[in-house]
Amino acid sequence: MKYGKILFALLAIALVMSGCAKKEDAAVAPAAPAFRIGLVTDLGGIDDKSFNQSTWEGVVRFAQANGLKQGTDYKYLQSSAEADYVPNLSTFADEKLDLIVAPGFLFEKAMGEVADKYPQQKLLVIDTVVQKPNVVSAVFAEHEGSFLVGVAAGLKAKADGKNILGFIGGMQFPLIERFQAGFEQGVKAVFPEARILVDYAGDFGAPDKGQALAQKQYNAGAYIIFHAAGGTGNGLIKEAKERSEKGDIRWAIGVDKDQYADGAYGAGKSAVLTSMLKRVDVAAHDVAVMAKNGQFPGGTVKVFSLANNGVGIPETNPNLSADIVAQVKTFAQQVTSGARTISEVPAK
Amino acid sequence: MRDFILILPSVLMMAAPILIAAMGGLVSERSGVSNIALEGLMGIGAFTAATAHYFMEAGAGPASVWLALAFGLLAGMAVSLIHAFASVSLGADQVISGTGINLLAIGVPVFLSQIIFRMERTQPFRIGMMPGPGGVYPTAYVALVVVLLTWYVLYKRPLGLRLRACGEHPQAAAGAGIDVRAMRYGAVLASGALAGLAGACLVLTQTIQYTQNTINGAGFIALAAVSFGRWLPKGVTGASLLFGGAVALAIYMVNVEALRRLPPEFFSVLPYLITLVTLVAFSGKDWAPQAIGKAFDKGRS
Repeated sequence: MKYGKILFALLAIALVMSGCAKKEDAAVAPAAPAFRIGLVTDLGGIDDKSFNQSTWEGVVRFAQANGLKQGTDYKYLQSSAEADYVPNLSTFADEKLDLIVAPGFLFEKAMGEVADKYPQQKLLVIDTVVQKPNVVSAVFAEHEGSFLVGVAAGLKAKADGKNILGFIGGMQFPLIERFQAGFEQGVKAVFPEARILVDYAGDFGAPDKGQALAQKQYNAGAYIIFHAAGGTGNGLIKEAKERSEKGDIRWAIGVDKDQYADGAYGAGKSAVLTSMLKRVDVAAHDVAVMAKNGQFPGGTVKVFSLANNGVGIPETNPNLSADIVAQVKTFAQQVTSGARTISEVPAK
Repeated sequence: MRDFILILPSVLMMAAPILIAAMGGLVSERSGVSNIALEGLMGIGAFTAATAHYFMEAGAGPASVWLALAFGLLAGMAVSLIHAFASVSLGADQVISGTGINLLAIGVPVFLSQIIFRMERTQPFRIGMMPGPGGVYPTAYVALVVVLLTWYVLYKRPLGLRLRACGEHPQAAAGAGIDVRAMRYGAVLASGALAGLAGACLVLTQTIQYTQNTINGAGFIALAAVSFGRWLPKGVTGASLLFGGAVALAIYMVNVEALRRLPPEFFSVLPYLITLVTLVAFSGKDWAPQAIGKAFDKGRS
């Protein structure tokens, strides 16, 4: 039976490998183009409908505006394990690309290492800070975007005669607390009497916890819940859909990307009121433009806020009335003009 | 304690898939085949159910959820055939074979999602399983039926006695005229079917699509529940409910004003802490089936 074991092990290995074979975008020899840019994905993959995909869209937008060719001038490498980060970044650095982009805070350590190893290489890391002279760190003013969805949620709740709202965070640390702080200030700005329930799931990838927390908050009377919890938020959206489907209308607010489609139920309805967008594509695009124009701000932290379209709500919000959208815009202007400042820490 | 009533649907929602998968593990292990592939088989079931439901939802209406559960069950059973073949027919190391399936279950759904949906997860379905009266999902009743059926077959039918004999002393069972291999094949397939069903229940009640971390360790928790529950249906049921309850408890304990001062990490750790403490408190002699994990060899005595 010895051969059986070996045969089986080989079979298993072969099958697993066939599952993850499609990994690299063709890395063909370059023909000395004007500007070359590469993206290294984190574990989520290029089509994760989230950070990787949005960042890639920003790269593609830049590339198309400049007539670059995919595969030679702009390309991506997928990481299938955290151990791939440094090798993938180094591969692009060895090819001497003009700019290498990496989305997500998971890259923090790998970016620092590669920045030291290739001091001439221009690097962009998104959503975290790496203090190296050749790295630009793009971060977002999440509290400003969250403020806007808070305004929208407050107005919606007030219009429908409800006074309890909710917030579900992934893990409790300053970055996620910025979402909470902005949301609370937004709600209070238009609806001071409203109560806001706050819970942290302690996990970004546990929809079951998200759903249980949503059940708890909805049972306690919450009408609209905003989540900053990644995959955990899927549980919230599911709970909102189910209740709304049964006639008990409740809303969820999406995060990072426009989650309207995730909330679809019934005939053309969605339980996602609006979403707090983090425009990683804007960050990738804008920094690429700066690098191309010879103005690469190496060693600095670029904040993408309402003022430079780095955060905000989607262009279309079918669930918000024109009046609410107009009021949200007014508040957005107050923030960008400096007339109103949003605190990054939640009120105790 | 109004909160206690409100917490119950959450507990049942989280415990049901663990319970169903654990019953699968119980059946397989009582026949003498350890099945650490529960996690992977749940993943296969979840992926299949999410995909089937996505495509059938518009056409089949409310029946779609139940058909999706059936597809999840069949997919789990089909993949467990690999485990049965490797560990029963080939006499391979059952841990290796189970690990193989767990690895396979990471790659295959992602690979198939790439082909079917052109992304690394399934398209979100519109509405999953709807909760019934009191906010309790029908999966709780499915789990109840599975537990009762498992108990009845294992302890009240001759088939169950034979199956358990294969796990305790297969040579003696063979001497009594039982086809040990057929029995073990059946047990592994049954456990695959239940794990697939569990994965399907999980994806249809707890989330809106299949992603790489949908199962998130539930299969391993089910595996722990089997040994923690001393390979007995009532013990395993209690263990599964404890796991589900601990997670839900952590969520609701935050509401108690006096406990708010504790760091949030405390509540995240709580389910595992409760599990560890109970495990230590209830540990003692070895309750595992005697012949578990050993390939059946007619010639040995």
